Amino acid sequence: MISMTPRKDISLQRTLVTPVVSIMMTLCVGAIIFAVLGYDPLASLYQFFIAPLSRPDQVADLFVKACPLIITATGLVFCYRANVWNIGAEGQIVMGAVCAGGVALFVPGLPDMLLMPAMILAAMVGGMAWALIPGVLKVRFNTNEILVSLMLTYVAALFIDWLVRGPWRDPQSFGFPLTKSYDEAALIQRVDVPGIGTLGQLHWGVVAALVLAFVASFVISRTLFGFQVKVMGDAPRAGAFSGFSAARTTIGVLCISGACAGVAGMVEVSANMGQLQPEVSFGYGFTAIIVAFLARLNPLGVIAAGLVIALAELGGDSAQMALGMPKVVTGVFKGILLFMLLAGETFNRFQLRISWPAFNRAPAARGR
Amino acid sequence: MTRPHAATSLKTPPVLSAVGLTKSFGDFRANDAVSFSIQPGEIHALLGENGAGKSTFVKLVYGLLQPDEGQIFWQGQPVHISGPLQARQLGIGMVFQHFSLFESLSVAENIQLALPAGENLAALSDRIRAMSDAYGLAIDPNAYIHNLSVGQQQRVEVMRCLLQNPSLLIMDEPTSVLTPQETDQLFSVLRQFAENGMAVLFISHKLDEIRALTSRATVLRRGRNVGTVDTKKNSNRQLAELMVGRKIADVTRQSAPDQSKAVCVIKNLQKPKPTAFAVTLNYISFTANAGEILAIAGIAGNGQDEIMAALSGEWRPPSAGVIMLDGQDISHLGPAARRRVGLGVVPEERNGHAAIPSMSLSYNALLTNHSLGKTVQHGVIDGAATKVIAAEVIDRFDVRVPSDDPMAASLSGGNLQKFVVGREIIKSPRLLVVAQPTWGVDVGAAVSIRKSMLELAARGSAVIMISQDLEEVFAIAHKIAVLHDGCLSDVMPASNVTAEQVGILMGGAAVMEEASA
Repeated sequence: MISMTPRKDISLQRTLVTPVVSIMMTLCVGAIIFAVLGYDPLASLYQFFIAPLSRPDQVADLFVKACPLIITATGLVFCYRANVWNIGAEGQIVMGAVCAGGVALFVPGLPDMLLMPAMILAAMVGGMAWALIPGVLKVRFNTNEILVSLMLTYVAALFIDWLVRGPWRDPQSFGFPLTKSYDEAALIQRVDVPGIGTLGQLHWGVVAALVLAFVASFVISRTLFGFQVKVMGDAPRAGAFSGFSAARTTIGVLCISGACAGVAGMVEVSANMGQLQPEVSFGYGFTAIIVAFLARLNPLGVIAAGLVIALAELGGDSAQMALGMPKVVTGVFKGILLFMLLAGETFNRFQLRISWPAFNRAPAARGR
Repeated sequence: MTRPHAATSLKTPPVLSAVGLTKSFGDFRANDAVSFSIQPGEIHALLGENGAGKSTFVKLVYGLLQPDEGQIFWQGQPVHISGPLQARQLGIGMVFQHFSLFESLSVAENIQLALPAGENLAALSDRIRAMSDAYGLAIDPNAYIHNLSVGQQQRVEVMRCLLQNPSLLIMDEPTSVLTPQETDQLFSVLRQFAENGMAVLFISHKLDEIRALTSRATVLRRGRNVGTVDTKKNSNRQLAELMVGRKIADVTRQSAPDQSKAVCVIKNLQKPKPTAFAVTLNYISFTANAGEILAIAGIAGNGQDEIMAALSGEWRPPSAGVIMLDGQDISHLGPAARRRVGLGVVPEERNGHAAIPSMSLSYNALLTNHSLGKTVQHGVIDGAATKVIAAEVIDRFDVRVPSDDPMAASLSGGNLQKFVVGREIIKSPRLLVVAQPTWGVDVGAAVSIRKSMLELAARGSAVIMISQDLEEVFAIAHKIAVLHDGCLSDVMPASNVTAEQVGILMGGAAVMEEASA
């Protein structure tokens, strides 16, 4: 019999050692797989873990890659803490990008000072509105938010595709499905570090993402709203007894996560693309789910988890370019990394016990 | 206190004996070297507080759990009971505290499901009728379960065991759902079983019943057998002290004030039932006075949860003027707003309703204090203030905690109950509503909880206590009303009614007919 019993106390020491052990095991298993497939194991691991971090501007790019994951996952933490299963952040990212793009492209005469705040507001409203659809349907008709939010992702993807190929296409784009480029005031600027200058692609959206995670951490751990979210997730009856409304909590967390996802979409476009295109999010909304859980639904943990996932992504790109490794192999390696991290976390929280089943017909041997 | 009997001093071999049974869950020893034996034709009580290891022991005997150490003997032979199926084949029948019957099927269909396949329904119905006549069980095999009272449903469970001809019948807390009259009926049936040579293992923590029904009792305390005693030669107090392991103080109610002021007035509270098997509240009206404990007696499932939800504000009546507190209409207010006008509520279920097991006691203090100022400023929790409240409750109500501000889940049931009751009483609410205040709580904790409720009433608050424990109702309530099938009886002074009268009201008309038949 194999059984997992929850550990009573989880030592800080073990919590810190666990991810290190997980990564060591990833390296071992990864090396074996690379060797079996005929790649030099050490060179492969170098491309995955060292090459993306070998220069300061590459470290900065790691943060850039992690930025939409951190913003989106921070919002999702609220949902999952409240036991509301918003799986549709991908669609909310897209709708945020679309609404911000609408302001950037089609609201004439906004002073430059107000353009960026207006775009952020529009992105929040767009993401929120898209997240509110499953929220309102759940509260009013008890529908399943997993299904509704997931399906709306595909609606959003088709919607932006139609916009950039149809009504919003730049007539001078030579037939490419692209909108006009944003004005300078609608773009997010690079961070100019005094004395060093710009670092890779590092932009102000990254700074905003880190601030957001800290604010979320405060809200979750210190405010009455954070308490309400945790209580409704852990013990909804106790929450109702306490006087919290389940419906309002559901709507509230969906608004927060939708707004976050919307902003993530706006930041991606304004910082990296400068115009709308058929694909503005490359699965960030789904990857952010993994980030949120890897972070154990802790907003500060989201920063670390976002960076780890971003490293795996960039490492995979680097291995594909430097060694000609196929995308599926890098995908397998990323999978092993995630598996090891989650398994390590599981063993940190639970104790594994293996006991051999007693034989039915051996009573004498089982005497005291 | 008498000397424990030596199990081997009786002549016939025991039906079942257990030697040194030990079962651990993690570091916790639920059963620690428990030895026990029961003779044919004997009604033997297994007595112990909540959490003493009674359920673990019977699960070991019934094969639901496997012992870590020790040996079970069946009619003198060592056996290893691998599961309930084997236990039934040996001749062990068990009736659980919670029934496992299909509401929408008939009695015979339910029983057929439990028996080996092959017997047709008509033949089975005849056997049920014959068995029912032989023991006076009064079960109609064609009746549907949802039409039966709880006592009748329990007899169906008993019947299901009987048809497998057990030599040992185990009953886990069978009287917790019965009225006094139904309990008497059950006891006379059990006595007949014993006369026919069947052994009955009767699990309970109700001392009066144990002394009425059994001659020997094995007492468990913290997983250990602390003695097998003669129940006839020991008083309730002696048995209780053996069960708890220390002296027990008495709780007695003081007389209520002569001219008391109405604190809470309920007028025509009604609630249609949401599902077919739920209860409709029918025009319930009563008044709770200052300085008094009003007990709402009744068997669980007769509308207690619905009344509780209406009083706490988790469900709100659609019309105004239904619930008045100190002259103010609070019908439309939610739980947080009602707390502000002086309501304290302790729901029946501790884990996940009255308290959040996964959170610290200070957060559990916040659960019912966040609308009262002090603990929350501008939406930000004042952690120090919540800790002060928790510490005050822990200190004043003698809550035993394993560490500073521990998780609610790490407290024993009794200590957590002291905390959730204390959390409300410490606010000196104008009205305290408590459901099953001492359900599944050890004797020591029950005494202190009852005492604190009496003190609150003495300070001029009104207390509404929803309880199905008649012993408790008569020990501390000043007034009693009985809830049956969503209807509330008149409120009666406790000194003017007997337990029998309350019992008849608890059973409703159905039991009265049976009793007179």
